[in-house]
Amino acid sequence: MDWGYFKELLMGGVVKGSIYALIALGYTMVYGIIELINFAHGEIYMIGAFTALIAAGVLTVAGFPAWSILILASAAAVVWSASYGYTVEKIAYKPLRGAPRLSPLISALGMSIFLQNYVLLAQTSNFMPFKNLFPEEGFLENISEVLSATEVIIVFTSAVVMILLSLFIKYSTTGKAMRATAQDRNMAMLVGVNVDKVISATFIIGSSLAAVGAVLIASNMGQINFYIGFIVGLKAFTAAVLGGIGSIPGAMLGGLVLGCTESFGTGYVSSDYEDVFAFTLLVLILIFRPAGLLGKSDIQKV
Amino acid sequence: MKTGSRRMVKGVALIAIICLAAFGMFGCGQGEEKVVEKEVIKEVVKEVPKALEPLKLAVAGAHTGDLASYGIPSVRAAEILVEHVNATQGGVGGRKVILVTEDDACKPEMATNAATKLVGDDVDLVVGHICSGATKAALGIYKDSGIIAISPSATNPDLTQSGDYPNFFRTIASDDAQARLEVDFALDVLGLTKIAVLHDKGDYGKGLAEFAKKFLEESGKAEVVLYEGITPGGMDYSAVVQKINRSGAQAVIFGGYHPEASKIVMQMRKKDMDTIFISDDGVKDDTFIKVAGDYAEGVYATGPKDTSKNPLAVEADKLHKEKYGEDYGAFYLNAYSAVLALFNAVDKSGSTDYEAVSNALRNEYVATPLGIIKFDDRGDAIGVGFSVYQVQNGKYVELEG
Repeated sequence: MDWGYFKELLMGGVVKGSIYALIALGYTMVYGIIELINFAHGEIYMIGAFTALIAAGVLTVAGFPAWSILILASAAAVVWSASYGYTVEKIAYKPLRGAPRLSPLISALGMSIFLQNYVLLAQTSNFMPFKNLFPEEGFLENISEVLSATEVIIVFTSAVVMILLSLFIKYSTTGKAMRATAQDRNMAMLVGVNVDKVISATFIIGSSLAAVGAVLIASNMGQINFYIGFIVGLKAFTAAVLGGIGSIPGAMLGGLVLGCTESFGTGYVSSDYEDVFAFTLLVLILIFRPAGLLGKSDIQKV
Repeated sequence: MKTGSRRMVKGVALIAIICLAAFGMFGCGQGEEKVVEKEVIKEVVKEVPKALEPLKLAVAGAHTGDLASYGIPSVRAAEILVEHVNATQGGVGGRKVILVTEDDACKPEMATNAATKLVGDDVDLVVGHICSGATKAALGIYKDSGIIAISPSATNPDLTQSGDYPNFFRTIASDDAQARLEVDFALDVLGLTKIAVLHDKGDYGKGLAEFAKKFLEESGKAEVVLYEGITPGGMDYSAVVQKINRSGAQAVIFGGYHPEASKIVMQMRKKDMDTIFISDDGVKDDTFIKVAGDYAEGVYATGPKDTSKNPLAVEADKLHKEKYGEDYGAFYLNAYSAVLALFNAVDKSGSTDYEAVSNALRNEYVATPLGIIKFDDRGDAIGVGFSVYQVQNGKYVELEG
C-alpha cells in the first residue's frame, strides 16, 4: 500500500467533497423547510461565479490591491447570488406553495433552464478565464506538491463556513425558527413564526453558500462558462441525497463521501468510471438506508 | 343535417387549402428552379456537340443548419473558381462548367438523398461532403455510379484507409495523421520514453488517443504508462493529475478540446508538475491560451499547417474578399484546393471518365493554396498535413520541421 498516494487521493477527495458539501447545503436546507428540490441551485452557483468574475475585473481595472479584490468580489458574488435566490423563490416557488409537489419541481427545472440561457445570452457560451483571487506564491510552499494553496483555502473556508452555519442554526432566533418550520410548518405558523421570512432566509443563506463555493472553485479551476452549474448542481444534489436530504450534517458528510469515492475510484481504478462509482454508491446507500446516511425516515402521519 | 353538411364543406375547403398550399410550396420551391435549370441545360446541349456538353460540378455539404458555417465556404470556393475558369479559359478541358449544389445539413440520411439526386442529375464530379458521417453515407452511391468525390473536411481515417471507397479523395489530413505526428514528435524530437495518454471519451478525442496509443506501442520506443478517459465538464481533475504524477509519465498526450486541456494543465502546474503536455487541434485554439494564461506556456499542440502566406492562398483570400466582402471561413482553402485539383485532373486527362480523372489525381501534381499536392493510393493528399505548434510568450508558434 502506497500511503503517500492514498493521502494525495484523500486530500483531493476532501477538497472536492468540501465544495460538494457547501453547495449541497443549499439543496438540503430548502428541502428541509419546504420539501422542494431546488434544481435552480446549480445556476445560482454559476451566477455567483460570473458576478465574482465581473466584479474582480472591474476592481482590477480600478487598481485595487489583491486582497481587497478577493474580499469585495466574494462579497459581490454572495450578495448578488443571494438576491437571485431570494427572487427565484418569490417568482417561481411562492405562488406554487399550495400546489401539488410536482408543480414547484417543474418550476425549478424551468428556472434552471431560464437562468442558463439568460447567462448564455448575456455572456456568450465561451469559456472565460477566471483569475485566481488567492495569492499562490510564497504561501505554504512545502505542501504544494500535494495540495495547492488554493485547495488548502478551499478546505479551510468550507470548514469555517459550515461551522458558522451550524452555530447559526443552533443558536440564532432565525435558526430556531428555521428548525421549527422544518419540523412542522403549520405549527410554527401558529406559534407566531413568520414562515415567509424563514423561507426567504433559507434561500438567501443557501445561495450565499453556493456563491462562496463558486468563488473557491472558479479560482481553483481558472475558467467558467454558463454551463458549469449543471454538473456541480447534480453532484451536490447527489451528495445531499447521500447524506440524507433535509439534514445539514448529512449534506456535509454526503459531500465528503462523494468526493472521496470519486477520488479513490479514479485513483485506484480508472477515471473512465468516475461517475459510475459516484452513482453506484448512491444507489447502494439508497437501497440499504433509504433515508440517506444521516437522514431520519419520516413517520407518515395518517 | 345542416350542421353536418356545413362541417363537410368546411372540411373540404380545409383540404383544398392545404393541397393548394402544398402545391404552391413545391411549385415555387425547388421544383421550379430545377425546371429552369433543365431548360438552360437543354438549350446549351442543342448548340454544342455531345462531347462538349458542359461539365457539371456538384458541391454537397451542410449549407443550412448549425454546421452551415463549415459548408458554405466550399460553395463559395467553387463559385469563385467556376466563374473564373468560365470567364478566362472558357471552362475546363474546353467545356463550360456548371455548378450544382446540394444540402445535407451534415445528416447522413439527407446526404444519401442529396447523393441520389446528384447522380440523377448526371453530375461529373463532386466536391464534398463536409462531415465524416454524411460523407460515408453518400460515398457508396457515388461509387456505384463511378463518380469521384473529394472532400475538403471529412477527417475520419476509415474513409480512405478501409479501401472501400476508391472514388474518394480529400484535401485534409485524417485524424490518425495528427496522432502520428504527435507520437513522432514525442519520440523523435523530444525523445520521451514514458507517456500517459488521456482523452475526453468523445468520438474525436478518443479516436485520436486510440491511434496515439497504438502508434506508441508499435514503435517500441516508449511505454504507455496510463491510458484513461476523463469526464468532460468535470469540476476537478485532481485525482487524474495525481495519477499522472504517480505513473512517472514524462509527457501527457491528450485527445480532446481546450476546456478540459486547460483544466488539466493548470492543475498539473499548480502541483509543481512540469510534465510535458501534447495535444491536438481541438486545443490549438487561442481560447486555450486565454484561459490557461501563464500555465499554457510550453504546451505543444498539433494543427493544420499554416499556409496563409502561400501566394495562391493570398489570391484565394483576395478573390473571396472581392466577391463576398468578408474573410473566408472554415475549410475554404481546402475546398478551393479540391476544386483546383479536380479541374487540373480533368484538364490533364482530357475527360471526366472515372479512371482517367482518378489516375490524374494520383499522378499529377497541382499547385494549390495548401501547397503543391497530389493524392496517394488511398486518396489522402500528399503534402497536406499538420505541424506542431508550441505556446511561446502567449502565442502558438509553428515549430520548424
